[in-house]
Amino acid sequence: METFTYYPGCTLRTKAKDLDTYARSSAEALGISLEEPADWQCCGGAYTTAKDEIATKLSAVRTLNSAKTSNRPLITVCSACHNVIKQTNYDILHDEEMASKINNYLQLDEPYNGETTVYHYLEMLRDVVGFDNLAQKVVNSFKGKKIAAYYGCLLLRPSKALAMDDPENPTIMEDFIKAIGGTPVIYAQRNECCGGYITLEDKDQAAKRSSAVMRSAADQGADMIITACPLCLYNLKKNSGSELPVYYFTELLAEALGVKEESNE
Amino acid sequence: MNKNLKEQVLRSSGVNVLKCMRCGKCSGTCPSYDEMEYHPHQFVYMVERGDIETLMNSKSIYKCLTCFACVDRCPRNVEPAKVVEAVRLAAVRQQGNNHMNPNQIPEMLDDDLPQQAIVTAFRKYIK
Ligand code: SF4
Ligand code: SF4
Repeated sequence: METFTYYPGCTLRTKAKDLDTYARSSAEALGISLEEPADWQCCGGAYTTAKDEIATKLSAVRTLNSAKTSNRPLITVCSACHNVIKQTNYDILHDEEMASKINNYLQLDEPYNGETTVYHYLEMLRDVVGFDNLAQKVVNSFKGKKIAAYYGCLLLRPSKALAMDDPENPTIMEDFIKAIGGTPVIYAQRNECCGGYITLEDKDQAAKRSSAVMRSAADQGADMIITACPLCLYNLKKNSGSELPVYYFTELLAEALGVKEESNE
Repeated sequence: MNKNLKEQVLRSSGVNVLKCMRCGKCSGTCPSYDEMEYHPHQFVYMVERGDIETLMNSKSIYKCLTCFACVDRCPRNVEPAKVVEAVRLAAVRQQGNNHMNPNQIPEMLDDDLPQQAIVTAFRKYIK
């Protein structure tokens, strides 16, 4: 059994428990063991690109370093955590000045210089498990279901740092959908923003963005939308005015693998 | 024009504004275009001109969704969102200039609002 360090993040412990529990039970079914570091901190939700911001990057560095000390790759599942951690790692690798300020503050046993490999859960499915292997483990197929993958912004951009997939023509979620037996629906808004945190102070703007996404998917005949991001799920469900069902991709994965019921026990 | 402020924004963003060829692609792809008084390409050339205070006083700095579309789609790799971020930081770092008060949070909550939205707003609006 392969073991990875697993970072859930704050929202998966609270409002997005489904994203987390289905990720864990599915990993187990796939023969992957996810070990959560004892002392992780919230990633902060958004990466600060400013070069003179150091304190706001420390929690992500602590997570990266904790994976490094256990000598394992780091798995994330929330799109926002993934984005913050990946961008932090990228900047530590490419900005010596920032790396030295961070290390000067943290005084780790050994300086952290970007050694950890970070996988999003979807990348783990693609690059570690393999979508072909996943397909063979499916017991409840989504055959006949038209499923629209919603990438949003954070999984793909900035593509230089995220390096998950082609930022304008991604396939990883569509390949996942095919692996669980479904039919992927391609639509124009799949990598455009849902409105994100603007929902806190401008509901109209969040409604405008999220309804554009839902309309675009519905126009292409989608039966449902899947996402990896709790805030996307929230905006698409609560602010869009659309009835199209929205699920975490891990929920479909758990169902396909036949472990959905036991996940909630 | 405030030269120190310009230098601070350039340093903090790490952006070379002189690379911009004013094609407007960043603004064309920006999901907040309609809500912004100044658009991403305007941030770039107003910073070049040193017109930072106008941007700092505009609501536009709170309209950027940090979607990184302008970063990925700029043909000259200018990365305009980094300029927006640096200007916004210059504003919220001023004493008494937080854009959100933690006391306002309880009234914004509903049963489903993910924690992620609140921590992100804290990162963006408060110093
Ligand atoms: S897309 Fe790039 S080059 Fe074009 S206006 Fe925007 S910043 Fe300038
Ligand atoms: S990062 Fe901000 S400025 Fe750039 S396209 Fe997105 S919302 Fe617009």
